[in-house]
Amino acid sequence: MASINELIERIHADSSEEIVTEYLEKIEKSKLNAFITVAKESALLRAKEIDSQGHDGPLAGIPIAIKDNISTKGIATTCASKILTGYIPPYDAHVIEKLKEAGAIIIGKANMDEFAMGSSTETSFYGPTLNPWDTTRVPGGSSGGSAAAVAGGEAPLSLGSDTGGSVRCPASFCGVVGLKPTYGVISRYGLISYANSLEQIGPFATSVRDVATLFDVISGHDPRDSTSVDRETNYSSALINDVKGLKIGVPEEYFAEGTDKNVEKSVRDAINTLEELGATSVEVKMPHTKYALSAYYVIAMSEASSNLARFDGMRYGLRTEDSDWHTTFSQVRAAGFGDEVKRRILLGTYALSAGYHDKYYLKALKIRTLIKQDFERAFRDADVLIAPTMPYPAFKLGEKIDDPISLYLADVDTVPINLAGVPSISLPCGFSGGLPIGMQVIGKHFDEAAILRTAFAFEENTDFHTRQPEGS
Amino acid sequence: MYENPDGVMIGLEVHVQLNKLKTKVFCGCSTDYHNDPPNSHVCPVCLGLPGSLPVINRKAVEAAIKIGLALNCKVEEHTQFYRKNYYYPDLPKGFQITQYDFPISSGGYIMIEGEDGEHRVGITRAHMEEDPGRLVHEGTIDKSKYTLIDYNRSGMALIEIVSDPDMRSPKEARRYLDKLRNILEYLDIFDGDLEGALRVDANISIMGGQRAEIKNISSHKGAERALLFEIVRQKNVLRRGGVVVQETRHFDEAREITLSMRSKEEAHDYRYFPEPDLVPLKISGWAPAIKEMLPELPDARRMRFVEQYGIMDDHAKALTSERKVAIFYEEVAKIADPKISAVWICDVLKGELNYRDLTIEAFRKEDMLSVIELLMSKKITEDGAVDIIRTLLDKGGSPEEIVKEKGLLKVEGDIVSTAAEEAIKENPVAVSDFKAGKEKALNSLVGSVMKKTKGRADARAAREILLGKLG
Amino acid sequence: MITKKDLEHIGWLSRLELSEEDREKYTPKLNSVLDYFGELDKADTGGVEPSYHVMPMSNVFREDVPIASLSQEEALSNAPKNQDGFIKAPRMM
Repeated sequence: MASINELIERIHADSSEEIVTEYLEKIEKSKLNAFITVAKESALLRAKEIDSQGHDGPLAGIPIAIKDNISTKGIATTCASKILTGYIPPYDAHVIEKLKEAGAIIIGKANMDEFAMGSSTETSFYGPTLNPWDTTRVPGGSSGGSAAAVAGGEAPLSLGSDTGGSVRCPASFCGVVGLKPTYGVISRYGLISYANSLEQIGPFATSVRDVATLFDVISGHDPRDSTSVDRETNYSSALINDVKGLKIGVPEEYFAEGTDKNVEKSVRDAINTLEELGATSVEVKMPHTKYALSAYYVIAMSEASSNLARFDGMRYGLRTEDSDWHTTFSQVRAAGFGDEVKRRILLGTYALSAGYHDKYYLKALKIRTLIKQDFERAFRDADVLIAPTMPYPAFKLGEKIDDPISLYLADVDTVPINLAGVPSISLPCGFSGGLPIGMQVIGKHFDEAAILRTAFAFEENTDFHTRQPEGS
Repeated sequence: MYENPDGVMIGLEVHVQLNKLKTKVFCGCSTDYHNDPPNSHVCPVCLGLPGSLPVINRKAVEAAIKIGLALNCKVEEHTQFYRKNYYYPDLPKGFQITQYDFPISSGGYIMIEGEDGEHRVGITRAHMEEDPGRLVHEGTIDKSKYTLIDYNRSGMALIEIVSDPDMRSPKEARRYLDKLRNILEYLDIFDGDLEGALRVDANISIMGGQRAEIKNISSHKGAERALLFEIVRQKNVLRRGGVVVQETRHFDEAREITLSMRSKEEAHDYRYFPEPDLVPLKISGWAPAIKEMLPELPDARRMRFVEQYGIMDDHAKALTSERKVAIFYEEVAKIADPKISAVWICDVLKGELNYRDLTIEAFRKEDMLSVIELLMSKKITEDGAVDIIRTLLDKGGSPEEIVKEKGLLKVEGDIVSTAAEEAIKENPVAVSDFKAGKEKALNSLVGSVMKKTKGRADARAAREILLGKLG
Repeated sequence: MITKKDLEHIGWLSRLELSEEDREKYTPKLNSVLDYFGELDKADTGGVEPSYHVMPMSNVFREDVPIASLSQEEALSNAPKNQDGFIKAPRMM
């Protein structure tokens, strides 16, 4: 699989059009169902433009896949939901503007769980995406299409979004690198909200270096997002192959019962590798981790029940036959949303409703405070934390889809990070039965530099990231 | 003391549109949409497109603080926004961004002219929120086959001012609204003449019943009518032995009645929670700084007018009850005699404007100065001055031209004198009646003089001259 | 525990039309999730402030400067029904 640098060389030698054409052919032949919309014409047009006029952006002529919950002007944006049938945004998300400025070419919109609600990309109205390592298995979710596209060689780069692990989970299951930045580092303007207080857009690539390059392009202050932070950064410069003196915290709560033995071994081996490179490790206590999953789902569902209220078929999207407006709204939404989305809207509405608000919503927000404090304490003793991204490798299609609780439990190691708003990167650290295993390196608020450096050093000294699924 | 025999309690929720801001509250769309086609002042944010995010307009926060201060509220140092979740076709996001806990200001009051003199109306809170879009129904709301939506209004900055239930009659409610509007205009943050600038929901109860909330009131007069209707309705319910239930009613402006909106809609549960897309405001220090720059408000200006210009309090009150009139007066009084200016603006001009449903903008201050100057120099009579003002309002022109065209110049004393002599000669009966003590007979002689001078004589002067000649 | 009757009310608040079959299907699944959320009760949150926002940010403003709106055509381009520049919604009653 080609890196950004290799692609740039090839674009100079040949053309962007050729590169884009190759990827388009790959997508066309693929059975992974990683894309909902392929932007063939606009991608080729832009490639020719860049070939003829030149472009000095860092991603000039390089194709990228975009999760289909990120608004792209003139390209259908569905959130993998029937309810957004026919919706073509009249505006670009902030990250899309940044990518266009950098010369990147949007090759298509990647499949996902409907409204990012899921960990398997099975709740998509457009059918599940398959895992490139084993097509009987899920690619993870909710950004399953974005991760599978990169792992399957259908795009060198992609964007996903991570509300409770939706970048890191599929990165782990598909054996690629995925980053969830500190809350506020990437503008959410144009990201269709699932749970606003938790989510961030995040980059995918096959290497830490490419993730950092892409991250440099899409991060930065945006006055259109009130939660966007204003900081000067250069993440690529953090990539130093040196972890001497690095203090790694190991939260034992993340290796709890239910964690696959091979996953645990791979992650502990990875920590040993870093220790051999000069880092030290220390056990850290994060006692409130056990409440994180419930707190996360209560907050996410509550916010989602409100965020998804706007889908009523008036201004955009699916419209059913008119009756009185109460009935029409209820019918549009019943026809447009899938089961998991409906479940979460109903539960979120319940958690915010009179009489239950304090028991669920308020309680969850208090637990959020305790989880944040767990991280603050842990980071007094450690520069970064290392833990499994997912408790197990990719599971079978259909295995968990009918049991919400078992599906939610898969997110046990990823959701605390979103509750605390800290950054975390998932990268390949081993294999189990031919399936990739991911570990996450978690950092302090705004200390992406530390986790990128740790991940980079690990990658430079191991070869897990170089393995590819057959046929990619 | 006002007895309030029915135990009427009225509280008002007034939605004030900050239509003098240049942009909406959470997006950069222009507020200047009143003459433009529907849905031409919208963007992803105010249209509620997926992925859009709100960012608050700094000036809207400043205006909210100004209002809080002007209503004698406590302005909070920490304030934040909440989502109020409910469905309505005019609400593009399925929730309204508003305030709930931690409103920007609360606990104030204003003084109004009550049933029994000065009356204090408490202000529960004044908070910020966004305006929904505008719905257009073909015919009436209950008969229309579909609803049309214009989102140009969506996202306009609103301040919701909630009063305590301190008003005891529809008249007091109207006076409260008048006073509120006046204060807001003094703050220069709001143009009350624009459509939808000020909208009212009224809560009203009478002794022995629960309160009804009346929605869709769009004028001060409408508020008074709706409340009058509602008192009669509630009294009738009680008289028949019924129960006044708590409910929402819709004011039908055309028919001047309120209609029950009984429907599932009553089952509201707004599920308020803090808006995750907006960060809290920590605005300690803002209120004291804004207070420094607050303009003079109506009550203070009224007192100043009495003191500075020596005019009657009633005149000062009338002049300051509309900001534009107060400004007009001060500009005139700077040049002309302040007391005479007050009389002519309050007692004549305002009446003529009201009669024609015009505002002060319909009259030029230069014309007012000319009229007063003509009067002061005794070139025209008071009747003539009234005539000039009416003509200016009805046909335009300049006072000098009107004087010329209508021949309003007061006639010279010797002409009046000649006319008086003729009148005495021609009306011997009246003369002898007068001399016999019938004072009223003088009136017919004055009338005769006026007729001979074609009304250009000053009636009072003619009377004096006649008395002299008869005496 | 939520009952099928509760679910009808929640469905109404959420504007999701739920058939008898839907309610039959959803009720046990929603209850199993709520059971799991019961875990929250075990956490001691006495004296703990809720974290509404994860970052301690405040005072982010826009200046009162107009920017270009969408054209009417763009604004209406996604609306399934429109008429004379208005978006067309169902009848109110």
